Amino acid sequence: MKLKKVMSVALCAAMVAGCMTTVASADEELTWKIGGIGPITGAASAYGSAAMNGAQIAVDEINAAGGINGYQVEFQAEDDEHDAEKSVNAYNTLKDWGMQALVGTVTTAPCLAVAPLAADDNMFMITPSASAEECISYGTNEFRMCFTDPAQGTASAQYIGENLDVTKVGVIYDSSDVYSSGIYATFRTEAENQDFEIVAAEAFTSDSKTDFSAQLQAMVDAGAELVFLPFYYNEASIVFTQAASIEYSPLWFGVDGMDGILSVEGFDTSLAEGVMLLTPFSADAEDELTQNFVATYQDLYGELPNQFAADGYDCVYAIATALETTELDPSADASAISDALQAAMLEISMDGLTGSGMTWSEDGEVSKSPKAVVIEDGVYVGL
Amino acid sequence: MSFISYLINGISLGSVYAIIALGYTMVYGIAKMLNFAHGDVIMVGGYAAFSMMMYYGGNPVVAVLVAIVVCTVLGIVIETIAYRPLLEAASPLAVLITAIGVSYFLQNAVLLIFGSTPKSFQSVVNLPSLKLANGALTISGTTLVTIASCIVIMVVLTTFINKSKPGQAMRAVSEDKGAAQLMGINVNGTIALTFAIGSGLAAVAGVLLCSAYPSLTPYTGSMPGIKAFVAAVFGGIGSIPGAMIGGILLGVIEILGKAYISSQLADAIVFAVLIIVLLVKPTGLFGKQIQEKV
Repeated sequence: MKLKKVMSVALCAAMVAGCMTTVASADEELTWKIGGIGPITGAASAYGSAAMNGAQIAVDEINAAGGINGYQVEFQAEDDEHDAEKSVNAYNTLKDWGMQALVGTVTTAPCLAVAPLAADDNMFMITPSASAEECISYGTNEFRMCFTDPAQGTASAQYIGENLDVTKVGVIYDSSDVYSSGIYATFRTEAENQDFEIVAAEAFTSDSKTDFSAQLQAMVDAGAELVFLPFYYNEASIVFTQAASIEYSPLWFGVDGMDGILSVEGFDTSLAEGVMLLTPFSADAEDELTQNFVATYQDLYGELPNQFAADGYDCVYAIATALETTELDPSADASAISDALQAAMLEISMDGLTGSGMTWSEDGEVSKSPKAVVIEDGVYVGL
Repeated sequence: MSFISYLINGISLGSVYAIIALGYTMVYGIAKMLNFAHGDVIMVGGYAAFSMMMYYGGNPVVAVLVAIVVCTVLGIVIETIAYRPLLEAASPLAVLITAIGVSYFLQNAVLLIFGSTPKSFQSVVNLPSLKLANGALTISGTTLVTIASCIVIMVVLTTFINKSKPGQAMRAVSEDKGAAQLMGINVNGTIALTFAIGSGLAAVAGVLLCSAYPSLTPYTGSMPGIKAFVAAVFGGIGSIPGAMIGGILLGVIEILGKAYISSQLADAIVFAVLIIVLLVKPTGLFGKQIQEKV
């Protein structure tokens, strides 16, 4: 009995102390709170960790240069493992933390779950790389740094038609994934205007994404000279390995999801030699901004940054650039910040890693032009 | 020519299903339980071989042997700790739920150790591809080894069950546990041996699976596990030739369905065939009709 009393007194004391520390922390120096959500572990971890690393570099640079409107920036990244449910949890965690703007989410399917919540809360969000059209369709608070799926499919078809000497093209796509099937749909539409023909289009689903022997055999039978692979790098690594085992070597053409293929643990990267992909960023670009970024990234994380890192970096700078046009300070609530940022985003023009003179339209889409890269000797080389 | 290529790919995929299905069917035949953790033992085998090759620089043969040892021990441990206390006392449902629990335990344990980032598995087979008909048909070395392993395992296992003493004990336990015990057979030992063999085979299946489809995650075993369970039911659960034939047919149906009907409906076709077979022959292709005497 006595023990219980002692315990309850101790617990009460702990609670009071807990309340006091919360009060105390409110008096501390004000900071901007930017949250990030992406797959830091799991099958798409190359994207999430790169985007969050890139964002962190941008935050560090901004803080070193005096912050935004004179206030330092705090950045907190949460992992969603490319899973919609975990992404919603991550969003709620960040909201509890006091997030004022969101860089995320990195991948499409989780973004479709988080974006409606962000719209309801009027939380400003800019996704580095979720490319399905619907991702930012829920409210005027939503913006995007990368191209949309339709734009990627169309641009890929145009690039192949205009620059590559092929007439027979095959496609393998994931029919259970909106990202993959979305790109395929616009690719097929645009292909009709180009001087190549889609000779085979084979699908797979998330339940059967380990065996591609039937799809590859269909490509061989159709005589495809180039195979378009609008899906993520993990499945692509299996496709390349299986194609090599039947000695089938067409030209491979990927989309931004292919970025990351070189960092799959245990994957024989020589199999990815000659793979082409569309990306807004290549680490070998000559300009000063890219070179500095690549050097910093290599110092900190020991690898070459991919386009997701660049997207994450640019997202933070877009928020910073837009915030600087306002008079706000971090005491404003998230909704007021969101309103001000929405107006400011339409006004700014920004030079970043993934494009120069980037501007945003009212529907949240960015305007910039894509470029193609090819994998040579284990690194991306601009075309 | 492409038909032959599809067929060979189907037999190769089916061989992996068959080796996994053997584990399901042997355990069911002898302990009368469905070991749903079997798929995850495969995954553990894959990780064991992967770690050997990547982190300890072991050669493929050593890696396969280590994987077999790890899985065999794991199988015996699972049986002793999780299943044996329940086999006698509780209802069959309790053991089934425990098996599902073990399955999640293995997945999460591996998730904790290796993380969820997929590993690309280097094939343990370093044979060149076989070219036939002037290069029109290319069969990969992995495919050949998979099919060959399946045949060897089938022959050795059948001989073992039919000719050896422990094999006879297994058959006796499977027919009548009580009578076998009265005749002086160590029932618990026999069940443990069954788990050991089933899990050892799972390691082989895991290595072959990852060699052919080189992506290793903590969930790698679950889908092949389910398919192999279907194969075991398809062939008649409890029957060893049934598991082999069931597995191979399932693989062939899956690949041909993908090739000639629809690559999206492959799984639906597999299950549709299963339903039709079970409607016509409820005990599966090789299942025995057991008359319950009252």
